[in-house]
Amino acid sequence: MTATDSGEQALFASTTRAFLGKEASLRTVRDLHAADKSFDPAWWRRAAELGWTSLLVSEDLGGGSVSGNGVADLALVAEMAGHTVAPGPLQPVSVVLAGLVDADNRTDHAAAIEAVMAGEAVASWAVYEPDRPFEPLAPTLTATATDTGYRLRGGKDRVEAAAESDLFLVVARFGDELRQFVVPADAAGVRIEPTPSIDMVKRYARVHFDDVDVATTASVGGPGQTATLIDRQTQIALILQCAELVGMLDEMLAATIAWAVDRHSFGRPLASYQALKHRFADLKTRFEACRATTAHAVSEVGARSPDADVSASIAKSFVGEWASVMLQDCIQLHGGIGLTWEHDLHMFLRRAALYRAMYGDPDYHNRRIFACLTESEVAQ
Amino acid sequence: MTETAVSTAQESVDEFRGRARAWLAENMPRIDRDHPPATRLDQDASWQRARELQKRLHDGGFAGICFPREYGGLGLTIEYQKAFNAESAGYEMPLILNIPSFTICCATLLDVGSEDQKRQHISVALRGEEVLCQLLSEPSGGSDLAGVTTRGERRGDSWVINGAKIWSTSAFAADYGLCLARTDWDVPKHEGLTMFLLPIKHPGVTLRHIAMINGSSEFCEEFFDDVELPDDAVVGGVGNGWQVASRQMFHERRSMGRSSEFSSGLESDDAEAAPIDYLDLAQRTGQTGDGRVAALAGRALAHRAVAEHLADHVYQGVLDASMPAAAGSIIRLFYADASQLELDTAAAIASTAAVVGDDAALFDVGKRYLERQIVSLGGGTTEIARNVIAERVLNFPREYAADRGVPFNQVRRGTAG
Repeated sequence: MTATDSGEQALFASTTRAFLGKEASLRTVRDLHAADKSFDPAWWRRAAELGWTSLLVSEDLGGGSVSGNGVADLALVAEMAGHTVAPGPLQPVSVVLAGLVDADNRTDHAAAIEAVMAGEAVASWAVYEPDRPFEPLAPTLTATATDTGYRLRGGKDRVEAAAESDLFLVVARFGDELRQFVVPADAAGVRIEPTPSIDMVKRYARVHFDDVDVATTASVGGPGQTATLIDRQTQIALILQCAELVGMLDEMLAATIAWAVDRHSFGRPLASYQALKHRFADLKTRFEACRATTAHAVSEVGARSPDADVSASIAKSFVGEWASVMLQDCIQLHGGIGLTWEHDLHMFLRRAALYRAMYGDPDYHNRRIFACLTESEVAQ
Repeated sequence: MTETAVSTAQESVDEFRGRARAWLAENMPRIDRDHPPATRLDQDASWQRARELQKRLHDGGFAGICFPREYGGLGLTIEYQKAFNAESAGYEMPLILNIPSFTICCATLLDVGSEDQKRQHISVALRGEEVLCQLLSEPSGGSDLAGVTTRGERRGDSWVINGAKIWSTSAFAADYGLCLARTDWDVPKHEGLTMFLLPIKHPGVTLRHIAMINGSSEFCEEFFDDVELPDDAVVGGVGNGWQVASRQMFHERRSMGRSSEFSSGLESDDAEAAPIDYLDLAQRTGQTGDGRVAALAGRALAHRAVAEHLADHVYQGVLDASMPAAAGSIIRLFYADASQLELDTAAAIASTAAVVGDDAALFDVGKRYLERQIVSLGGGTTEIARNVIAERVLNFPREYAADRGVPFNQVRRGTAG
């Protein structure tokens, strides 16, 4: 995943790294938090100019990948963003784009795709519902037919960057059918109610759809296609979570190793104590395992392999479970300083705890993995 | 054979795969899926069978896919071996020859053996006519392998070996063992060692099986009384025994994580090594559809899959030098932890049926649970693996050792030594 095969890829990687280092540093994250902001829209437009929003979009729709594998390119961006727990709507925007560009009626959404790609519009997936776990294929929000299109009624929850979004991709039930609709955030009947988030800058909200009317062309994909689109969107969400977590773990493991080598107790470096060396060996082993399974999932999802679904679940189960455990371990190995606001560790732990839970926690994915690998029903 | 060698030189992986598929169907016995073979490693018959199957592989031109052609192999890359392994699913294969004979002993001879040793032992082993084992650990010491006290003494033109070895996997079935002996007691411990190729059937070797808690007895203990060896039994040069043993340990760690290119066939095709079937356990215990059981099993299956992803990742990392060779210990450690998780999970699902009851499949979970630590002990303990990762991958300070730089005859040893 960190492999940069071509010159173009290397250039893309170095430009992205430089941009993140300069304009999305840990200092930036703290400043945004202090100012009670999620991200700067002008900054996001510059990120879009660098190509972050074009990677999943085919060239005929105005997009383009760097390496020929847009999923891998995008995962590389997420991994680099993880090094500074960067702000920005990379995940929600990418998930929505993944759905739009695969839809049978993608041309109906060409204007939305263009605006999102340009960074002019921010889009987010409205999939969770209040008081319910992640059940993307079982929405209760309803769509009914009107003379000019559809009317949406119901509530969504845990919608990322909702207050900053211009468009929502809403999962709905239309009679017996599963459907998704693009809804402008300023449509009549849309009401956004921010909810607290544990992350420094990532924000979430409840979004109420009180009889919101949309046109026929707001539908994304036909009824027979929606479940496939939702699976793909979920896979993209999961591999982006995992790739970002790998970048985060890379950063904090390096910081904790440097601390152990530098810090002395009883006249010798912490890194010389066998009890601690063994814990670092476990951290290193799990880190490489996180990297390996994420790379595997990115490759399967990028190739649209039949195993993409289970590979993404395996990566999420593993990385989701262990990232938080490892970061807690990094805090323990730092000692008291690791628990302070001043130290950066909590910023990483916040995001890891958030990602552990969102888009299915490890327990949810473990049940899916079992069902998938044994060809049985998903047990509740 | 010549024809095969010529055709493989230009053959793509897919062509090779197709040819392997056809050949396997014609030549190798199929496994009865309902009654997979359970190869008892402590039975002579199992080894006789493995030698016959290996001979068939060799005669068919599919032995030693990653060993060089001049030593009887095919000289191909791991992609060909993996393709062959995948095609071999469902066929009876000589799996017990993989560890230690091919993946550790032959791999080490390939690295450090003399031209004669390579030509003689590797090609003979690939024909199924020779099995090799390791004679490393001793009754007086475990992880401190370099502290061995088996003596190798120069007498005239030969070497004479005296001492004892233990934990030698399948030594009873082997023809030769790679035996680590001390040939110089006046230098620090790592410097006074020499590796010998020692014939197991030598009259001076007394061999005893060790009974394990699971009822198996493939591990052996050997006693050497004046075992006389010629000069050309030395592997890698006199005084270089530690370097040779280090190569063995390197190959052993990789084989423990199932990432050796010298391994042929799928371990999972043997009932004794078959992966745990969680759906079967859930069905036998009436827990199908139970969300807790599904989550436990799914977690174990995720770790099983990640162990494979990690083995590939580290293998490639060592190959392209982005990771040091010592990173093999990462594979070893993770595989051990994942195996423990699997057995714990199986025991949790089987519950009382693993310890009391007449369903053999469920009771077998209890028996496998008893030997859970074998993966964490065999091939170097996971504690040593953690030291290796910390010291040689993360470059943390080395552990204090009281014998470092001290002539071995001045090093304190326990009374048992």
